[in-house]
Amino acid sequence: MTVHQLSIFIENKAGTLVGLLRQLKEANISLIAISISDTMDYGICRIICSEPMKAYEFLKDAGVAVSLREVIAVELDDEPGRAADAIGILSDEGLSIAYMYSFRLTGKGVIVFRTDDNPRAIEALRRGGLTMIREDDLSKLV
Amino acid sequence: MIWNEHKETMSRDEMSAMQGHRLHKMVDYVYHNVPFYRKKLQEMDLIPDDIRTIEDIVKLPFTTKQDLRDNYPYGLQAAPQSEIIRIHASSGTTGNPTIVVYTRRDIEIWAECMARCLTAYGMTRNDTFSVSYGYGLFTGGLGAHYGVEKVGGAVVPASTGNTEKHIRLIRDLGIDGIACTPSYALHLAEVMEQLGIDKSEIKLRIGAFGAEPWTENMRQEIESRLGLKAYNLYGLSEIMGPCVSFECSCQSGSHINEDHFFPEIIDPVTLEPLGRGKHGELVFTTLTKQGMPLLRYRTRDLCSLIEGDDCPCGRKMVRMSPVMGRSDDMLIIRGINVFPSQVESVILDIPECAPRYLLVVDRVDNLDTLTVHVEMRPEYFAGADTIDAITDLAKKVSFKLRSVLSINAQVQIRQPGSLERSVGKGKYVIDNRVLR
Repeated sequence: MTVHQLSIFIENKAGTLVGLLRQLKEANISLIAISISDTMDYGICRIICSEPMKAYEFLKDAGVAVSLREVIAVELDDEPGRAADAIGILSDEGLSIAYMYSFRLTGKGVIVFRTDDNPRAIEALRRGGLTMIREDDLSKLV
Repeated sequence: MIWNEHKETMSRDEMSAMQGHRLHKMVDYVYHNVPFYRKKLQEMDLIPDDIRTIEDIVKLPFTTKQDLRDNYPYGLQAAPQSEIIRIHASSGTTGNPTIVVYTRRDIEIWAECMARCLTAYGMTRNDTFSVSYGYGLFTGGLGAHYGVEKVGGAVVPASTGNTEKHIRLIRDLGIDGIACTPSYALHLAEVMEQLGIDKSEIKLRIGAFGAEPWTENMRQEIESRLGLKAYNLYGLSEIMGPCVSFECSCQSGSHINEDHFFPEIIDPVTLEPLGRGKHGELVFTTLTKQGMPLLRYRTRDLCSLIEGDDCPCGRKMVRMSPVMGRSDDMLIIRGINVFPSQVESVILDIPECAPRYLLVVDRVDNLDTLTVHVEMRPEYFAGADTIDAITDLAKKVSFKLRSVLSINAQVQIRQPGSLERSVGKGKYVIDNRVLR
């Protein structure tokens, strides 16, 4: 009920992001979603992509500071208030979100996030009737 | 004014004779009390009676900072523990600090030499003097403190920090003089301007500045912004602390208290003694010290001894030129000695960091800053994926650096492979401070 996400530590410096993207291109990896959080000096680039395991191994072998995480990706109908509903479920469970970003997938919205307790979050979201995307759903796309 | 007219104006012949006599006694003393020196002299086939005149000093072995570290903590102590009344420490490269010990007489001589410096700056018993070197293990604070008391002035032991309160005291108490680092003096001027206090509201007329290199331009800037006269004060803890040499009102070099600290200039590569006027490494032999006497201690400071003992102030003691550099890679940051190898030892001990680093030294608002760049190992990030993990690592490195360096360093975590491999000396240090 989760998807794999790559997190890469990058410096806030000209050329670092393009360097990373070129490495992924070299490994023939397609990007599905990308998000960058930053502080003044460095940031973390989070990526949902095709073949995340292959991408992870490739970057690790290249000496990149990369980690592989399981994150929750929830599919939402394209209507006002759906994101509020989803986050409301987590909030009612007392779960907090470490980071979050979103993308669109075949006419639907997808929000990706990591909580402090993924199994509990998945259970609560399922009870709330929400659909979570699986890795297979993604690989079909690319 | 001259504090000790007899010693400070002694003719060259008298001085040399006294130095020779004291050196002989000193060599005899260390030979019988410090196994390290006895062994060194025996290896060179020397006995104390071979050292009769000050010219014989060139026969003696050198002492280095490494010798002090190797003999940590008490290996070079000559006096029995019962005679030791003070212990100071400065930072060392491998985490071992350099220990210096003093007998009561050492402390008295320190105060005497410091009194000579202050008197040369024009200080008298009527003056109030603020000591703004750090008090504590660093010799600056207490060294200057005892000198002011010796002269009979009133000490304001302001130390460092709390600059605003300090400035108010300088104004409200009508403080006459200040001893601090030249960069701290500029910082004071800056904060004074921020507080809207004009230099006409303060009475400072003497500045005793040392513990870090400074230039003629900095002197002029300090003088114009604080309205005082800025004098050089030189010293190093291994030899005593601040008081080793000082500028008189003529300000053409710093007079060395050579009846206690005998100076030589050597070629730092061949170790051959160089004559007056020649630029090289400054070496000191303590002539009267009891606690931890040192023979031919290599300071690593590069300067020259000025030719001629005819200073218009009347003092005959030899003068040294300003220190223009170091013969090793030591950095002086906010008056504290920092060796890149200290940083290296800390980084090597942190498994999350790759064994590469870059030190960047800057001067922001006239205060030195140190930023340490370290590379995170990719394996560390594999177990984490948040900004917290990186800031936690930065905090950990910063805390460990602080415990070894005794100064706060900014830590910047860099991505793997972003730092150049340290090849050759100096590659891992960028010193952006401009000595204007």
